[in-house]
Amino acid sequence: MAGDGVIGDNQVDTSRRVFLTTATAATGAIGVAFALVPFISSWMPSERARAFGAPTELDISKIDPGQLVIVVWRKQPIFIVRRTPAMLASLAGHDDRLKDPKSDDSDQPPYAKNLQRARNPEYLVLIGVCTHLGCMPKARFEAGFPELGADWPGGFFCPCHGSRFDLSGRVFDGSPASVNLRVPPYAFANDHTLVIGVSDVNQKGTA
Amino acid sequence: MAAPPVPPPASQVKPGGLRGWIYKRLPIQEFIAEQLTGYYAPKNFNIWYFFGSLALVVLVLQLVTGIFLTMFYKPGEATSFDSVEFIMREVQWGWLIRYMHSTGASVFFIVVYLHMFRAMLYGSYKAPRELLWLIGMLVYLALMAEAFFGYVLPWGNMSFWGAQVIVNLFGTIPVIGPGLVLWIRGDYGIADATLGRFFALHVAAVPLAILLLVALHLVALRQTGSNNPDGIEIKERVGADGHPLDGIPFHPYYTVKDIVGVGVMLVLLAIVVFFVPTFGGLFLEGPNFEPANPMSTPEHIAPVWYFTPYYAILRAVPDQRLGALLMFLAVALFVFLPWLDRSPVKSMRYRGILSRGALAMFAVSFVVLGYLGLQPAEGVYVVLARIFAVGYFLFFFLMPWYSRVDRVKPVPERVIYHDHH
Repeated sequence: MAGDGVIGDNQVDTSRRVFLTTATAATGAIGVAFALVPFISSWMPSERARAFGAPTELDISKIDPGQLVIVVWRKQPIFIVRRTPAMLASLAGHDDRLKDPKSDDSDQPPYAKNLQRARNPEYLVLIGVCTHLGCMPKARFEAGFPELGADWPGGFFCPCHGSRFDLSGRVFDGSPASVNLRVPPYAFANDHTLVIGVSDVNQKGTA
Repeated sequence: MAAPPVPPPASQVKPGGLRGWIYKRLPIQEFIAEQLTGYYAPKNFNIWYFFGSLALVVLVLQLVTGIFLTMFYKPGEATSFDSVEFIMREVQWGWLIRYMHSTGASVFFIVVYLHMFRAMLYGSYKAPRELLWLIGMLVYLALMAEAFFGYVLPWGNMSFWGAQVIVNLFGTIPVIGPGLVLWIRGDYGIADATLGRFFALHVAAVPLAILLLVALHLVALRQTGSNNPDGIEIKERVGADGHPLDGIPFHPYYTVKDIVGVGVMLVLLAIVVFFVPTFGGLFLEGPNFEPANPMSTPEHIAPVWYFTPYYAILRAVPDQRLGALLMFLAVALFVFLPWLDRSPVKSMRYRGILSRGALAMFAVSFVVLGYLGLQPAEGVYVVLARIFAVGYFLFFFLMPWYSRVDRVKPVPERVIYHDHH
């Protein structure tokens, strides 16, 4: 009955009606999809939020050796540690206890994909947000820290779910976090000025 | 027991005056006849059957107290915390309204969990009530979203960090994760933009969805009729009057019974509201009495108690993506119960040791995981969480097997009912 253009008992061309109904519904669906765009896009960061996400500067000459400084960039705590030679030495010798010792699966700019995970080994720059679920890890720089065991080389400990990281932010086995702490894009404008948010000080945008 | 009074069909009653004028234009009589006086529920309901109507009462309580809180609350990074303190200290009776709302959230989950357990106890999710169960599960999911958004609004430090942890769960999704998290937050961290959208979702979008779903839940219930502790379809034995032999009209019999339950619940609610509103940190957590601070994570983050069973599962898994996946799975598995259960009988009364043991194992696992989710994620707590997470999942995964091979007892033809002389 409802074959190609066959007129049914009640003089209704069913296939024509089905085609028109389908075409109308499809056109309507496309319109709805386009109408959703502004509503969905409204949830992305506003122009103001983007502007506040611009790079931030820090005078690193005032940081003492072994000191941790926390600055805010894009609402995230950024850890800057001026590492002592002893702290740098603590990075060696525990690769077998790390999940990603060479930072292959972790998130960092190319210039920070090395043992020290830094442009300048003396200055460690990390996003202070646990790669597990976003808590702020605590500084546990002292080797053999009581609660973290005698073989603790010094590093960061997340109080929320117990993730542990060494002094270049590399994650230890047995932590719920599966990758190392992230390194933000950064650059040194001169001997004492660190710029967080860009990989090249002449570059104005954000990475 | 005397035979229940049979109300005359609504169409035969035609009052005059104003009532007649209204009835002619609005089918109030038909609605009452269909939904209350003419709806026959099994006569053997027990205490487990209080929780459906109690959930409805708590929903109304939350809507009313929530509307009044909205009149004084100001969403925003700079205003949220202060406006909640303003409600607590300076709005006349504001503390009472806010404590009713915060306690009501916990009571809602207590009632809903008992309501769900009732369904699992008597096989109420089985055919022909699969859709009723699915709609109920959607109510539960919407309720979890509603509670989470509401928890963020006071903008205490636990609000902030709880939101941080939950939103970042979506970041574990491959490829789209990081972009999705940015979209949910509307900023590079949990911020003003996040608070604004959570407020809109909490006071408008999700409550509307819950109301719609609850209405659908009731419509689906009227279609199939209530299950009962014996798991017998009372519609299969109909008397000369066309009504189920084992049924009694919902109104007045069960409305009166439910009012007693409501009274008991409100007394318990009042005790908490007046004497222990924080319930020892379980209903309102200590760190939430200080303002949100993105630079200071609380010593240990735990969600409110009703999410802790799932949170314990999340933390029990060493791999973060797998942990998040198992946590979502733990919630989603309830949806599949009608098809996982292969037992020929509904109620636990007529099931054997395997089904009963599995349900007991599930209940114990759920409660213990809830406790473990409140403890720090270290040492023996993590080991126990792993053991009980296995118990939780085995209940679901082994169900197609044990529910089929389980030795069942014969189900009687009529419900078991003892007269109250």
